[in-house]
Amino acid sequence: MALRTPLYETHRKAGARLVEFAGWDMPVQYAGVLAEHEAVRTRVGLFDVSHMGEVVFRGPRALEALNRLFTNDLGRVVDGQAQYGCLCRDDGGIVDDVVVYRRAADDLLVCVNAANRRKDFEWLAGGTGNGADVKDESEAWAQLALQGPLAAQLLQRLTNANLSALRSYRFAQGEVAGVPCLVARTGYTGEDGMEIFCPPGEAVKIWDELMEAGRHEKIVPCGLGARDSLRLEMAYRLYGADMDDHTTPLEAGLGWVVKLDKGDFVGRQALIRQKDQGIGRKLVGFVLTEPGIARHGYPALQGGNEVGAVTSGTKSPSLGTSIGLAYLPPALAAEGSSFAVEIRGRPVAARAVKTPFYTRR
Amino acid sequence: MNFPDDLRYTREHEWARRKGRNVAVGITEYAQDQLGDVVYLELPDLGDAVKKGESFGVVESTKAVSELFAPVSGKVVEVNDPLADAPETINEDPYEEGWMVVIEPSDPGELESLMDAKAYQAFLEEQE
Repeated sequence: MALRTPLYETHRKAGARLVEFAGWDMPVQYAGVLAEHEAVRTRVGLFDVSHMGEVVFRGPRALEALNRLFTNDLGRVVDGQAQYGCLCRDDGGIVDDVVVYRRAADDLLVCVNAANRRKDFEWLAGGTGNGADVKDESEAWAQLALQGPLAAQLLQRLTNANLSALRSYRFAQGEVAGVPCLVARTGYTGEDGMEIFCPPGEAVKIWDELMEAGRHEKIVPCGLGARDSLRLEMAYRLYGADMDDHTTPLEAGLGWVVKLDKGDFVGRQALIRQKDQGIGRKLVGFVLTEPGIARHGYPALQGGNEVGAVTSGTKSPSLGTSIGLAYLPPALAAEGSSFAVEIRGRPVAARAVKTPFYTRR
Repeated sequence: MNFPDDLRYTREHEWARRKGRNVAVGITEYAQDQLGDVVYLELPDLGDAVKKGESFGVVESTKAVSELFAPVSGKVVEVNDPLADAPETINEDPYEEGWMVVIEPSDPGELESLMDAKAYQAFLEEQE
């Protein structure tokens, strides 16, 4: 049986459609993906993301130990700051993409993808041998994501954390609806917003109070469907769709979170080698210039030959165009280059474009 | 959910309505609800031959691709072209404005072999 978040009954009673995702029964939609998507772009939406995992590094060597397993540089962030990056294997393949919350140099929380929770914990705890105390604390946390241009205005009425002082990718301890939480200005939608880490037993209370207070902002509960269309408009990568153990951050267009000059870390040698030799494929954003919707796994064609594959695709609710991400040979990956996506046996014209697809108003 | 008595239904959740000698086809309220917001569809061209139980088009929501299966065999004699620009019509009004094609059946008896509203509802309950 699939796992259930503390909000399972709340979702069910609210009429959400529940599907299994990464071993969890999660809401894929409430009223509908398009309405939820629009609410987040124009007002505010609330997501249950309690399926995400949390692994904690503690002890005097915590920062050093995690930094050795992380492609970005935790030495460049301060306490109270979060940082996005990858965990890589020796060969540069991506174990997971994660957000690290640096509570202190000896206390860091790693937010991992639900599907990778066990793999990540084993990798993080086993791959170090370096004296940090590594714990899987996923069971100790629920997570709500309040996202949209009105998210801060709404949350400020329910929290003592000073949100006007909380910049992007910063976080603070504070009470939300009277419950001690970690409030982070992070998200996966491209809008302003907060992610609230709270004790599982209090998740329903916080959810209910946000929904009640949010009536003023016309808040809507949102499911994984809108989460996916929102992230794809920003070209945010999704582990398992756009990357996996056999793709590297350089191929996935995540070179900006790989700090080769920070000192040694797992995967660094392989990534240096790949950077020197050049990558064989690159994840690029594209739009279809003919009718159709590209989907994960559809072949990318050039001159009738299969040259790559689509990893994510949808019809952008905000833009009305068909957008997607695909791995292509670097020669075809330049902005403006033309190729085709094979949809049900037919080539449909596509053009590589700059990302994000959507720019916040 | 609404399943009009004057329609016939398939196990793939299409409906079929007698329209003179011909048969209008769409998807049921259940189907549109399962799909979610419809954002794209591909329909056959006028004059195309379709075969009962075989694919005649595709309907896509934000998340899913779903094939459309012909409830009867025959020739496509009308296509609801405005749906291409307003696919949400399929969610809003699946039985009237959301019709997809009209088929001139090669075997007029085929329609009667499909489920009636009562049988379709029983079939849905079995699926739940």
